[in-house]
Amino acid sequence: MTARMPIYLDYSATTPVDKRVAAKMIPFLTEDFGNAASRSHPYGWTAEKAVENARDEVAKLVHADPREIVWTSGATESNNLAIKGAAHFYQDKGKHIITMQTEHKAVIDAFRELERQGFEATYLAPEADGLLSLDKFRAAIRPDTVLASVMLVNNEIGVIQDIETIGNICRENGVIFHVDAAQATGKVHIDLEKLPVDLMSFSAHKTYGPKGVGALYVRRKPRVRLEAQMHGGGHERGLRSGTLATHQIVGMGEAFRIAREEMDLENARIRRLRDRLLAGLQEIDETYVNGDLKNRVPHNLNISFNYVEGESLIMAVKDIAVSSGSACTSASLEPSYVLRAIGRSDELAHSSIRFSIGRFTTEEDVDYTIELMKSKIGKLRELSPLWEMHLDGVDISKVEWAAH
Amino acid sequence: MAYSDKVLDHYENPRNVGALDKNDPQVGTGMVGAPACGDVMKLQIKVNDDGIIEDAKFKTYGCGSAIASSSLVTEWIKGKTLDQVMEIKNSDIAQELALPPVKIHCSVLAEDAIRAAVADLKSKQTVASEVA
Repeated sequence: MTARMPIYLDYSATTPVDKRVAAKMIPFLTEDFGNAASRSHPYGWTAEKAVENARDEVAKLVHADPREIVWTSGATESNNLAIKGAAHFYQDKGKHIITMQTEHKAVIDAFRELERQGFEATYLAPEADGLLSLDKFRAAIRPDTVLASVMLVNNEIGVIQDIETIGNICRENGVIFHVDAAQATGKVHIDLEKLPVDLMSFSAHKTYGPKGVGALYVRRKPRVRLEAQMHGGGHERGLRSGTLATHQIVGMGEAFRIAREEMDLENARIRRLRDRLLAGLQEIDETYVNGDLKNRVPHNLNISFNYVEGESLIMAVKDIAVSSGSACTSASLEPSYVLRAIGRSDELAHSSIRFSIGRFTTEEDVDYTIELMKSKIGKLRELSPLWEMHLDGVDISKVEWAAH
Repeated sequence: MAYSDKVLDHYENPRNVGALDKNDPQVGTGMVGAPACGDVMKLQIKVNDDGIIEDAKFKTYGCGSAIASSSLVTEWIKGKTLDQVMEIKNSDIAQELALPPVKIHCSVLAEDAIRAAVADLKSKQTVASEVA
């Protein structure tokens, strides 16, 4: 890829479609355009074969049976289908559901909707490192708990939850376990033959596939039942009706095939870039890494620059494309709810930047970013009355501010 | 978020950044806002013996609109009397910078900063006259 400004460091928001993926998709728009549900002619057979081939590729990346993969429009739909579908199906067994405060909005808002329908929800706070306390999780389970949902890799701070242990706790207590893995594919190894997970959500566009397609893993043994949320022609064994978007699905399959074959090499390279970026940024005073550094994908670096306000920081760094908190909430003036949940002060939450590194990030990109951050943070701190107070030895947290 | 050219200009080239001696009896300091709300403005004014603001400095922790609002008011208040600057309204600032509705609070804060700096100066002068 040629150098293009601004430098893209927002791979957790979305990724470019890999050119190999795009090349595979195009014929299914213009030539092999058949409906995969058409059984009476070769147009349909070709589409069906392509869809099933892609299903195999998605299943292979996560060590699942292809029959356990249901196509959806993306991870948001997968999360909705899994959470509402399982809660509705098993509601006679109980109406208590558990998740974390740091989940993606697609999970949190599905839980909120279930609360409106009469379910009772527990939103567990993470520890300061972003990880779920297993004791707190165990303690939250009640006899009427039917479903728990915990994400594998957090979208804002990149921390990896101990899904295996959490899943085992769910198994012991007969709780259906859903995992949002939208940010995990191609970054961490997922083995659903071993992991005690019942439902898992995937997205194509976080892993160099197209937007608008995702999948939900639905375990066959022991079988997990869902109530469909989309009714129609009975596609995907009745779990998700709607004509399959062949080209999108083909793209997701190819993207996941590439991820399976290249992730180890790619992750080693990305880890080197992350380490370089981290070392450079830590030369700046008063920087704080948000979330645990060890249990974390190397693609994500979320850092707060103290005494600098987040939005002006984003303006200052317009030569790099990054997020202040989650892209989904950057239009609002609220500090990131994920950073608040791990106990960051409003000030540090406001001054956070998420750098996310990906397949096309270069060492030059990282070096440029480090220099840019050093110069811009310096400039904004010269402007900052809080930095001035800090240098004068004033403890900002002890100052009584007039609220407005 | 799309900022107006004027906001971008003030943000890129802020006017009158710095600090005045807050213990100087002719300097008034106004600090408004709160870090938790995402913006803090410190505005300082220095009046001469004729009651004219001869210098103004600011430092702002906040978004581009907050920085631009405070930069703009330092330009506006120089050369004016305390009574004149008390007439500056947040709507004047918002209009000049073409602030979008979600950023109106930045102009409110800038107006508050002027009032706080003037109030600080007046309280210093009252104390000074009582001592004398």
